[in-house]
Amino acid sequence: MTRLTGGLIDRARDLRFTFDGRSYSGHPGDTLASALLANGVRLTGRSFKYHRPRGVFSAGSEEPNALVELRSGARKEPNTRATVAELYDGLEAASQNHVGPLGFDLLAVNDLFSSFFAAGFYYKTFMWPRAFWEKLYEPAIRRAAGLGSLSMQPDPDAYDKGFLHCDLLVIGGGAAGLAAALTAGRAGARVILADEDFRLGGRLLAESHPLDDAPATEWVARAEAELAALPNIRILRRCTVFGAFDHGIYGAVERVADHLPEPGQQVRQTLWRITARRAVLAAGAIERHIPFRNNDRPGIMLAGAMRAYANRWAVSPAKRVAIFTNNDDGHRTALDLAAKGVEVAAVIDSRPDARAQGQYRLVHGMVSDARGRLGLRGVQIDSGGRREWLDCGALGVAGGWNPNVHLASHHRGRPVWDEALQAFVPGEGGLCGLIAAGAAKGQGSTAAALRSGAEAAVEALAQLGIEARPAELPAAEDASAGLRPLWHVPGKGRAWVDFQNDVTVKDIKLAHQENMRPVEHLKRWTTLGMATDQGKTANVTALAVMSELTGKPIPETGTTIFRPPYSGVSLSVLGGGDTGAHFRPRRLTPTHEWARAQGAVFVEVGPWMRAQYFPRPGETHWRQTVDREVLATRKGVGICDVTTLGKVDVQGADAGEFLDRIYANAMKSLKVGMVRYGLMLREDGSAWDDGTCARLAEDHYVVTTTTAQAGPVYRQMEFARQCLWPELDVQLISTTDAWAQIAVAGPNARRLLERIVDGFDLSNEAFPFMACAGLTVCGGLKARLFRISFSGELAYEIAVPARYGQALVERLMEQGADLGATPYGTEALGVMRIEKGHAAGNELNGQTTAQMLGLGRMVSSKKDGIGAVMSRREGLAAETRVLVGLQPVDPAQTVLAGMHLFAEGAPHRTETDQGWITSACHSPHVGSSIGLGFLADGGARMGETVIAANPLQGQKVALRVVPPHFVDPEGGRLRD
Amino acid sequence: MHFSGLRVIREALTGHKGWKPLWRNPEPQPAYDYIIVGGGGHGLATAYYLAKTFGRARIAVLEKSWLGSGNIGRNTTIIRSNYLLPGNEPFYEFSMKLWEGLEQEFNFNAMVSQRGILNLCHTDAQRDAFRRRGNAMLLAGADAELLDREQVRAMAPFLNFDNARFPIKGGLLQRRAGTARHDGVAWGYARGADMRGVDLIQNCEVTGFRIDGGRISGVETTRGHIAAGKVGVAVAGSSSRVMAMAGMRLPIESHVLQAFVSEGLKPTIPGVITFGAGHFYVSQSDKGGLVFGGDIDGYNSYAQRGNLPVIEDVAEGGMALMPMIGRARLLRVWGGIMDMSMDGSPIIDRTPVEGLYLNAGWCYGGFKATPASGYAFAHLLATGRPHETASAYRLDRFARGHVIDEKGVGAQPNLH
Amino acid sequence: MLIPHPLLGLRDAQEFTYLGDAALLNRPDGMAEGAEAAFAEYVYLRDNPAGVHRELWFHEQGDRSWLVVTRDTTTHEILGAELARDVKLKGGAA
Repeated sequence: MTRLTGGLIDRARDLRFTFDGRSYSGHPGDTLASALLANGVRLTGRSFKYHRPRGVFSAGSEEPNALVELRSGARKEPNTRATVAELYDGLEAASQNHVGPLGFDLLAVNDLFSSFFAAGFYYKTFMWPRAFWEKLYEPAIRRAAGLGSLSMQPDPDAYDKGFLHCDLLVIGGGAAGLAAALTAGRAGARVILADEDFRLGGRLLAESHPLDDAPATEWVARAEAELAALPNIRILRRCTVFGAFDHGIYGAVERVADHLPEPGQQVRQTLWRITARRAVLAAGAIERHIPFRNNDRPGIMLAGAMRAYANRWAVSPAKRVAIFTNNDDGHRTALDLAAKGVEVAAVIDSRPDARAQGQYRLVHGMVSDARGRLGLRGVQIDSGGRREWLDCGALGVAGGWNPNVHLASHHRGRPVWDEALQAFVPGEGGLCGLIAAGAAKGQGSTAAALRSGAEAAVEALAQLGIEARPAELPAAEDASAGLRPLWHVPGKGRAWVDFQNDVTVKDIKLAHQENMRPVEHLKRWTTLGMATDQGKTANVTALAVMSELTGKPIPETGTTIFRPPYSGVSLSVLGGGDTGAHFRPRRLTPTHEWARAQGAVFVEVGPWMRAQYFPRPGETHWRQTVDREVLATRKGVGICDVTTLGKVDVQGADAGEFLDRIYANAMKSLKVGMVRYGLMLREDGSAWDDGTCARLAEDHYVVTTTTAQAGPVYRQMEFARQCLWPELDVQLISTTDAWAQIAVAGPNARRLLERIVDGFDLSNEAFPFMACAGLTVCGGLKARLFRISFSGELAYEIAVPARYGQALVERLMEQGADLGATPYGTEALGVMRIEKGHAAGNELNGQTTAQMLGLGRMVSSKKDGIGAVMSRREGLAAETRVLVGLQPVDPAQTVLAGMHLFAEGAPHRTETDQGWITSACHSPHVGSSIGLGFLADGGARMGETVIAANPLQGQKVALRVVPPHFVDPEGGRLRD
Repeated sequence: MHFSGLRVIREALTGHKGWKPLWRNPEPQPAYDYIIVGGGGHGLATAYYLAKTFGRARIAVLEKSWLGSGNIGRNTTIIRSNYLLPGNEPFYEFSMKLWEGLEQEFNFNAMVSQRGILNLCHTDAQRDAFRRRGNAMLLAGADAELLDREQVRAMAPFLNFDNARFPIKGGLLQRRAGTARHDGVAWGYARGADMRGVDLIQNCEVTGFRIDGGRISGVETTRGHIAAGKVGVAVAGSSSRVMAMAGMRLPIESHVLQAFVSEGLKPTIPGVITFGAGHFYVSQSDKGGLVFGGDIDGYNSYAQRGNLPVIEDVAEGGMALMPMIGRARLLRVWGGIMDMSMDGSPIIDRTPVEGLYLNAGWCYGGFKATPASGYAFAHLLATGRPHETASAYRLDRFARGHVIDEKGVGAQPNLH
Repeated sequence: MLIPHPLLGLRDAQEFTYLGDAALLNRPDGMAEGAEAAFAEYVYLRDNPAGVHRELWFHEQGDRSWLVVTRDTTTHEILGAELARDVKLKGGAA
């Protein structure tokens, strides 16, 4: 096959590419489809269900047939439409969905048995014997189904996301879109013009009609140059607007580097979120075909596509072609191809009064069959009952055009049926701010498209108060197509409606026969419109066939609702760069670098990375390290970064009153200079979060929260301040990031701190347990000191401005060297709090109550604290499970969190379940495994033996119920 | 008409002339003993079990649109019984057992496929929670396995084990879980109910309830008044709207959940996988599309469509978990309206109006519950007593403090 | 979605955290007689209208204002936004 004359390809350069391992060449400006056709390749793939041989059907993103696996290795991209894949040097493509060679697909056996695979057949069989579904039938179906395959390797390319804003987004750069962009651009509006093609012009590139007596491409080039020169216009080529979302937000993907062998330093694609005050939908129209027997043979394509291949790409799919049409548009294709020297065997027009518009044979009739399994060899013409076979290598089918209403449906706006056009057009008032124009609105002639594009821009800008005059437009053809609907050719045999999913007219008839008549039932029963093209070339035709069967007009039969995306969008670009280690930001504590230098192992704690433990040389197991850290803290002094706990600064004359309402327990009565443990409830009465509340001054408190709830607690406090009690004089600010907070715990804690405070009296009398103060340390550094303990030891938490956190820890380590100062991580922290019986995330899991935590008496009934009322509900009051300590009867046995608790001798079932273990660890202090858990009537069962069952891992352990304090139950150490 | 492989062969050889409508299109009768409002999965299943298991007659299902047009027609098809709390787990396990015999029971291949669900954990605390949950599942007679990292890798080597922000530490596996063809479930129940005389009435919207002296006597519809002895409402997504016509306010908000399908691919993902450190879950349909989803959009909505941020969030989760899906393309995203209840668990109960019953609040988990929900609702309608596995799903549990809060996030529906 | 912040103009909804019905402004008096029933209604029951909905959004990634946004739940169209504090001081959500 040789090229025709003309076209928008650069013949001076050759591009090499391979398809199924064979080498071919094309030119810049080609798509893979045009280059394959230029090389005489008509067979490009296989259909989904029957594995029928298929070829290029369209010249755009609506392509149902010519899907390939593009590229190789980790860049392999399945289901790529050859019709929009821009050719580059070295392109590799392979056909997909076949077993054996493309020309001899073993699964084509399905086609022989197709009558067994009619619509919905699989719902009626494969049920016996039951076990065979998963073992036999389903695996076979799954292997045969699917289309292309993934490489199963991570995508090596980079992606980006960006935000754009404009007054007017013009979707589509054809006649209507260019007219709209020129009109708006000249009026000074901020305009974004997005087009999915790599070249602006849309259908103008595919037509031979002149604009102002010159080739349309000249006008396109002038318009493009003017737009490019306007600073208020941004042109996005290779950019598909794929979705219309609320309030004028559009999703778009720019294929930055898909036309290159590799992206190199660029990103491959960019996801744009475009916020547009108004938009013009100038997305054109998609031609429809006319089903007849064997209308899926490779070589049968849309007539408009055939014309596009000839005019834009200088390619004809065959030397001798025929056209089947129900409107004048088919004749244009015949004229254009004839003008390029292609032999037009006949134009078959279903309109009895149609007239030839040039020197070609016109047949009044229909195409009733086609032959040529791997490539069309001829079509059967039925002219008033007279049948003849006509030899041809390609057939263009022109069934009329469907406005591309896709984006106008994304807001669930229903398209409306236009009787004159015999097509659905965008409905009125569907999507606020989106105005359709050109062929997308049914204004299909070039002149009408230009005019309606300009008018749409004027209308959109007028809504924004921007005055615009329609751009002056070139003279253009303004013919009507004179369409007389023909939705399918009646007759025997299979006539395809949806090519990719193999839905035929017969399938629709069967759906009708089985009462699957509502359009959604039709779709779901037959899989119509569910292929990668979302039925762009099938849905309306199917509705028309169903309408014929039900005798109801098409609009009463139903409408098609399109959903985003307009065409497939790679998951890579939707994810942007936020993958792998960059999936979420990492928050580092102020002492992170120091901890890393100490060899710390880090652990993910929500958004934070925290030091989990600090292994030393010679330690071979994490338990060794953790045990050492615990014992060093309990015997000497341990140092731990607790910055991640949330901190909220509360100030104002009503701060105390405010906190009384936030906490379950009282805070107004807290003395200045003291700290109180505080429990917050949710309004539904469940325990929510705990922490400390320090009163630094009469009108100044500092609240701490757990790490996990720092954000939610602050949000809730702002809710209370602004929405519940705005009359209170109180101000809040989150200071979690402002202060580095370091726990200094252990019998030597005071001695260590004495070495860094600036003349501050740390004696038990001057600064007792639960005291707090502002002070300076290390010679003038502002600090806050809290005498609080999570470990059960004599302990303090000292806060300094975050940027001094690391210096403080270094100073503490240096000053504490002789006191045994030891850094400890979250593991040791966890062990010590379990030993001490403090609740943490596993106990405060949102399903427990103050009563269960043994804190029921903290919930004050003397004030209106959040959650207090609901905590008294019958169901919460009746709960008997309370927090207990648990110790294995045999110290060699291990307790695990998540074990369920049972009375000795009771069966292990849901009904006899008495509780569960929330937290467990090895306690170096006790010398065995220990746990905390909620146990029914636990308070009354001290000393009793219960069974902890872990059937999941085949374990069962006898445990003794003990109070939930394994260290210093009287709390003497805290107060020393 | 009985469906079978033989029947398919016979029809294929005789031009498919013998296939009968899957159900009739009856005109509404003036009165029924039982009216089910809502022809979705739960409504159809309720009618089916009322007729078949409880032997009731004079039953109608009223559907404002087409059968199966609600959430049964727009979900991500997962079936599982991997719940923690005793109010839930026995119910969902009952549902799982019904799934296991469903196709033979109603003679329709709903493609129930027990390919397993794997929930991944990324922290020690999550593993502890999985241990507690897995044990709760076993105690209720379900199946569960706790996997370590290497066992997860063996099952799903394509997950990100190399540079994950939240490394995979293990997983909770339920092998009996899987997927089912969602539309097929609706059609199977519809056909089974129709065969037993239930009138399935499409395009019939209920516009009001007729209540006399605190007792229901019928419904007003777009096709006229229809008298009824008992009325069961199963209209998830619209529960608040419908029950407002009976003067009730519900512990429910309507939210949009988006679901996603990729273009068809050769077999890639064996079962269902859920990400424990982001909002993402995925399975692969028999047709080859990756079916996936994430979090609800998070604001009250009746619009059946969502917005871009959640689409991006879900894709981020997917790419973080299994970076090899990057070159697959999203084919379609759609939205469904969820009855998000105040504790994340459903309601199957009588109402203050005598004879009016409510089945609601399924959040985004209604599909897997379809068989048990239908069965339990039919039990309640037929006997007046809750089914033993659904006895916790009471309407008054909120006021009384017996909530069933699997996630422990309290009375904020968009967090469940 | 875009939310018209009364102080900051149009802001992307992603900057906000959603809570729910603005009736949450009307917290019952916890010390009053019959508080439990009033709270049960306040905490759990919602009108959940299909149509105009007054609802609370927190500008978490912004100025930390709580807003009462009026929005149509069937179309997502936003009809207005006020500072929740002002609404509360004027007597709460209707």
